[in-house]
Amino acid sequence: MSAPATPAVPSAPTPPPPAAATPGPRLESAEKRRQRLSTGVLIVVVGVLLLVLLASTHGASRFALSNAFDPVQLPTVSLPGLPTVLVCAVLCLLAGAGFVSGRLHGRLPAVAGTVAGIAFTLGFLAWAAAGRDLPFPVSNQFAGTLSLATPLVFGALCGVLCERAGVVNVSIEGQFLVSAFVAAVVGSVTGSLAAAIVSAMVAGFGMAVLLALFAIGFKVNQVVLGVVLNVFASGITGFLFDQLVSPQAEKLNSAPVMAALPIPGLSKIPFFGPVLFSQPVLAYLAVIAVVLVWWLLTRTSWGLRIRSVGEHPAAAEVVGISVTGVRWSAVLAGGLLAGLGGSFFTVGATGSFDKDFTVGNGFIALAALIMGRWNPVLAALMAVFFGFVTQMGSQMQTLSTPVPSQFLLLLPYVATIIAVAGLIGRVRAPAADGEPYEKG
Amino acid sequence: MSGTATVPDSGAPAPAGKQPTAPPPRANRGFPWTELATTVAAFVLAFLVGALLMIFSDPKILSQPQYFGYLATQKVVSAYGALIDGSVGSWQAITESTAQAAPLICGGLGVGLAFRAGLFNIGGQGQAIWGAILAAYVGFSWHLPPVVQLVVAVIAGVLGGAVWGGLVGWLKARTGAHEVIVTIMLNYVAAGLLGYLLTTSAFQRPGRTDPISPVVDWNATFPRLAGSQLHLGFVLALLAAVAVWWILDRSTIGFTIKAVGANPNAAATAGMSVARTTIIAMTLAGALAGLAGVQAALGPTTGGTPVPLSNGIVGTIGFDAITVALLGRSRPLGTVLAGLLFGALHAGGLAMQSIAQTPLTLTTVLQALIVMFVAAPMLVTKLLPFLRGRRVGTGVPSSSGGLA
Repeated sequence: MSAPATPAVPSAPTPPPPAAATPGPRLESAEKRRQRLSTGVLIVVVGVLLLVLLASTHGASRFALSNAFDPVQLPTVSLPGLPTVLVCAVLCLLAGAGFVSGRLHGRLPAVAGTVAGIAFTLGFLAWAAAGRDLPFPVSNQFAGTLSLATPLVFGALCGVLCERAGVVNVSIEGQFLVSAFVAAVVGSVTGSLAAAIVSAMVAGFGMAVLLALFAIGFKVNQVVLGVVLNVFASGITGFLFDQLVSPQAEKLNSAPVMAALPIPGLSKIPFFGPVLFSQPVLAYLAVIAVVLVWWLLTRTSWGLRIRSVGEHPAAAEVVGISVTGVRWSAVLAGGLLAGLGGSFFTVGATGSFDKDFTVGNGFIALAALIMGRWNPVLAALMAVFFGFVTQMGSQMQTLSTPVPSQFLLLLPYVATIIAVAGLIGRVRAPAADGEPYEKG
Repeated sequence: MSGTATVPDSGAPAPAGKQPTAPPPRANRGFPWTELATTVAAFVLAFLVGALLMIFSDPKILSQPQYFGYLATQKVVSAYGALIDGSVGSWQAITESTAQAAPLICGGLGVGLAFRAGLFNIGGQGQAIWGAILAAYVGFSWHLPPVVQLVVAVIAGVLGGAVWGGLVGWLKARTGAHEVIVTIMLNYVAAGLLGYLLTTSAFQRPGRTDPISPVVDWNATFPRLAGSQLHLGFVLALLAAVAVWWILDRSTIGFTIKAVGANPNAAATAGMSVARTTIIAMTLAGALAGLAGVQAALGPTTGGTPVPLSNGIVGTIGFDAITVALLGRSRPLGTVLAGLLFGALHAGGLAMQSIAQTPLTLTTVLQALIVMFVAAPMLVTKLLPFLRGRRVGTGVPSSSGGLA
């Protein structure tokens, strides 16, 4: 918020941040330096944490690579607990030290960061699984990650489209909720999955119309508008649920459930097959949507227009682009994506709806979008990260670790705060994000 | 960027307090008649939409088209009748409205104060949860003398909220972490910690296995006027509103908060510390939201004792507070009035649910519709052309919506 493109700065094109253009590797802006140090310190702290956990690591950590029902049974891998955690801790400490020392240049910081991330995850899991009765189910971990991430990816992409065009969308949650509700009702009435998904997209579109109408047409403050739209969505789905759906749940709240669609051939690959290629249609669509949104934004003239009205609407207007038109189109396209994501909560899971069923996933998608720096691919990766941590928390509950289960459920939220504060830091939104456009 | 960042919506004196720049229409009038007219119009429109929703979602009405007019009228009249009756129909109902309004006012003040600093405090929920946890803990486990225990409980709750809110400000000031993400995540963390605490022996009621705490001591319960629901918490809410007014309009820090909210770069150039102001504003906002949680934990129900601490103790105060702050245009007086209106809507909604069998969730719809109509005066004037030329602002710095 510190740089919400303030009115007093009549700067024409925003000058690039000085750090980006500096040639020498030695010169580092204060901002970057702080960023690097906080990342390094965070990784060191994580390494120290693993060393502390070493004290309570006993026995071997077992990881089950396949599920009991998989056609190809892979062995359960057993790692010695203590050495594994120790190696991971040392790797984290080394990577953290690399960041703090500032000797890492070029691609090295990315490599060190990846190593630290993998080492921490593996070390943590090795600690959690060491000496337990049950092995840690690795394939469940990945399969669960994907199904948790699917709606988040759609939501984050919806946000990317809206915000790159300069419209803040806090109402992803509301779009999810309404489309999940509509998908459940239409799916129950028609008995058709296709009808349910299409109607969910229409519902997402409808919520997007409200967002665009108030944000672009009536120039209401967009964050507040988003919150109000969420309240509206919660109210209207709750009311219709109480009044209409809940008394006749048999007829209106028992939609068919989407089955997994194995891709012939690929789904037979051991380990990766069941995890990646035996998913519901919406999961494949989510992957396609990521590529599609990336392509639209970076390779088409529509995408160029979206980005231009999000960064500098006045300049876009001068070259003849209709700012309001492009913004409307972006918000509406985003609504369709959010509708797809919303349908996953009902027809992708149990087929029935309940009040406030999406439990804040829209907000998580918003967080993924900001953590992904308004980039469709990064935002989708952040959604997957979130799904991974959530799934890890719930898998670890089965291992009876000494950590209370309530804390494990908080893992994704705490991880997000740490990631936002320690790794991501200040992010730069599209310059005109959240600003209603007044014709100059 | 230039030219777009001006307050939209012609002639809106957006962040109040910037009196010198206020356009003549408002400056000439003593009382904001235009705002009142638009607000009333927004209410009428919202209730109209609510009535249509009620009629067209009732299978009983739709299945008997020959009696449509009669049944529809009867449904709407009975529901809204119960709503009015339950909110202002009697002294008991009015005091129930004030009891419902008290936490909304406190939470709305917290959200509004943060708005004025250009911060979007979506975390009222988490801050209120901490307020409720600490106030209730002092209330049921410390057993201090009368008055003392109440004072200590209130202070503990307010501090809890202040720390939880201040944490957001600190993270934002130190690392640039976006406050919208951090507050959303901290809401979940607070709710999860409450769930955890209620399973520990310090919080769980002896002999119970479900997550519920002992009942708060009589000494820590807000005293109420005999035979009514008007309790000390409402007075505290009004005092908080006066305090916020004083801070914003009379104190140096309030001036800094408004300056940073209007334009952080200009404020920094003028020598104000944006980081320090961010932390202070979020701490104050958290304290106010914490007070809302205290209200939920220590305010007496009709039975006389407060609701014991449980997972749903604060309800959706944090999110309702955002709508209250918006309707109140982030000004203390406006927030008090908006809180009273929504409090009355809640109290009436409960009556509507029990008497007219209309789900309570309708009031949530009404609440959102009212705020949407109020926030978009252009829409209201389009729908009701006779109000044309009367436009109002929202009181929120409109340019600071960028999620950066």
